[in-house]
Amino acid sequence: MIHTMECAADAQSLISISLMKIHNSRTQRGGIKLHKNLLVSYVLRNARQVYVKEKYAEIYRMQQYEEVMTVCNEIQELNPLDLDAEDAGDEEQARAACCGEEASLCGSACHRGAAQPAAHARTASALFGCSPLEDGGKEPDPSYYRSCCMEAAPVPHCDQFPANGSTHCNITTVLDLDTHVVTTVENGYLHQDCCCCDALQCGQGAQSPAKKRKVEFGFCTSDGEEVSDLTSARKRAKREDCSYFHLDYTDTSNISNLISIFGSGFTGLLSRQADLEQICSKQVLASLGAWTRAIVAF
Amino acid sequence: MVPYLLISSAITAAFPPAYMVLTFHVAMVVGRFEVKSRFKRELLATGDKGGRVVIFQQEIENKNLPQFRSEYNVYSTFQSHEPEFDYLKSLEIEEKINKIRWLPQKNAAQFLLSTNDKTIKLWKISERDKRPEGYNLKEEDGRYKDPNTITSLRVPVLIPMDLMVEASPRRVFANAHTYHINSISVNSDDETYLSADDLRINLWHLEITDRSFNIVDIKPANMEELTEVITAAEFHPHQCNTFVYSSSKGTLRLCDMRASALCDKHSKLFEEPEDPSNRSFFSEIISSISDVKFSHNGRYMMTRDYLSVKIWDLNMENRPVETYQVHEYLRSKLCSLYENDCIFDKFECCWNGNDRISYPRAPPKKTGFDRGQRRDVTLEASRENSKPMQVLKPRKVCAGGKRKKDEISVDSLDFNKKILHTAWHPQDNIIAVATTNNLYIFQDKVN
Repeated sequence: MIHTMECAADAQSLISISLMKIHNSRTQRGGIKLHKNLLVSYVLRNARQVYVKEKYAEIYRMQQYEEVMTVCNEIQELNPLDLDAEDAGDEEQARAACCGEEASLCGSACHRGAAQPAAHARTASALFGCSPLEDGGKEPDPSYYRSCCMEAAPVPHCDQFPANGSTHCNITTVLDLDTHVVTTVENGYLHQDCCCCDALQCGQGAQSPAKKRKVEFGFCTSDGEEVSDLTSARKRAKREDCSYFHLDYTDTSNISNLISIFGSGFTGLLSRQADLEQICSKQVLASLGAWTRAIVAF
Repeated sequence: MVPYLLISSAITAAFPPAYMVLTFHVAMVVGRFEVKSRFKRELLATGDKGGRVVIFQQEIENKNLPQFRSEYNVYSTFQSHEPEFDYLKSLEIEEKINKIRWLPQKNAAQFLLSTNDKTIKLWKISERDKRPEGYNLKEEDGRYKDPNTITSLRVPVLIPMDLMVEASPRRVFANAHTYHINSISVNSDDETYLSADDLRINLWHLEITDRSFNIVDIKPANMEELTEVITAAEFHPHQCNTFVYSSSKGTLRLCDMRASALCDKHSKLFEEPEDPSNRSFFSEIISSISDVKFSHNGRYMMTRDYLSVKIWDLNMENRPVETYQVHEYLRSKLCSLYENDCIFDKFECCWNGNDRISYPRAPPKKTGFDRGQRRDVTLEASRENSKPMQVLKPRKVCAGGKRKKDEISVDSLDFNKKILHTAWHPQDNIIAVATTNNLYIFQDKVN
């Protein structure tokens, strides 16, 4: 297995280095090199695996297991089909409370979702499976999460990256080389353009991150904040404000652009993970794979 | 800082036992090349980042003197590819030459294929050492004479002139690849060749430029599911229906074009299971095959990944028959190599004329393995310590711990100086080695 001992810190730097490489490749002369970016995405995935594992280990050391179990059990009793904004908000908060710093991983994982229904199920299961010892796969219900998911309007051929108006609204044009389909996306939030959203959910979706963040910070230690920052940086559905990214970038808006242009990513990269403990990290990685999708599109 | 360039050479089996000590003559040092070089008898073609092709030739007058055989001089220079801009995709197409392949010679002229990321060109290189003189209607400078001034007729004659080497593009094979071309390979039937990009392999006829056949397509229906790309491809040296392609996952696929028009299903799959104890962040990168070459007899294939060279027997698919660790001392440096992008370097490998010695390229060093005796030596090539005809001494790199005298510590290696490309003369023990800016030619000492 990947040697994680001294590499946890390296995992973080590897992630940022990899992101920079992907970002720089967009402006390289000669176009994006598919092979190199595929390899970089593998490194990104590996580093993320290690990083998430380390963080989980840290989290579980800090939290009482019983407390986690209890709260998670309560959450499971909630009807996930209930789309009432309040309940959803409460659910969101309760979830955040349940998982504590984990919420930064699981909760935002649910916000990301994926372009494929399978990933949706995983999202839902990941959310409920915030305790790693629990089989989150039993109670998936994607409908709520879909509201927050990046379920793009199905565009068959090209790599469509729905984006929303946001405070960092930029236009990005994506071209699939083979089909020559050009799509234009606006960077920023991803929920609002979601085809499954209605106004209520969108509003809710817009709210919940804000709520979520508050909750997060309430639970966050300094490490946790770093966690939320770092993991949010890797997620597709971004938090509203990129300034929360404390990554070592000089131009965070570029990174947010980079992040938001990715759709659901290399699902093939996810196929290796069968570990229950990594169900949440699966979600994390679902978004991770998303990073590379835009590269592939070129 | 010690130069990172090291050359190690294959030994002993190719040479009489008297030459146990590795000695190499540095025959020539030229400037500013990134070499994709191929030997063809006495000709060596190199392609550089600027789209130029330079062809070297052995000095003819010294051919009979063995110790001077390796003197190579510039024979011809021409601009093969220019930078282009794809307006539809808003992409600039680099003029950098990715591969050069010679065609078998059929007449007095030489033909080679050179390719950049998108376009393959067939060049004819011909010599002219005579010119006609004595036209009736034209002056020497080409102006036409007034017919009224002509009083007698004569037959033009050919008179000798200084040798002029002309390179003219005969075919341009364009618009067939969406992704970057990484390989071309001429078939043994002398009529067709293949070109491979990241996801597809196309079959061309040398005479036909407006059509190519797609024979391999590994692009997934959904690009999200992409897990591997094609990294190199080559035709079998004798069987014109067989070719092999390597992938970024470390697998080789042997395909038979007789089986179907689209060879997506391989005939043979060569793959060695990954050693789980060596797993690291960079496992996928270092297992990606950067080059594959058939042996001259067609029985073996050699593959190069970042840290090793493997020899595969075509009849055994589950593991290579031989594995050589090329620069194991770099395994601990993978993180910094990733940061400076050196881990993405694609190294070539090549067989020598009699298939006994495999000659992989390595970043700082060029390692040669004598497959008969499994000895290898490391040499260093740099401008500082190289003069023409100088004899090189072997060097050693130590990975860590105590460094013996004359050894080079791995930490002092300069990763910016590396050898990526190599070519071995088909008959003689002469190798061409290319660094970023220099071309070195080494010959085994004969006396």
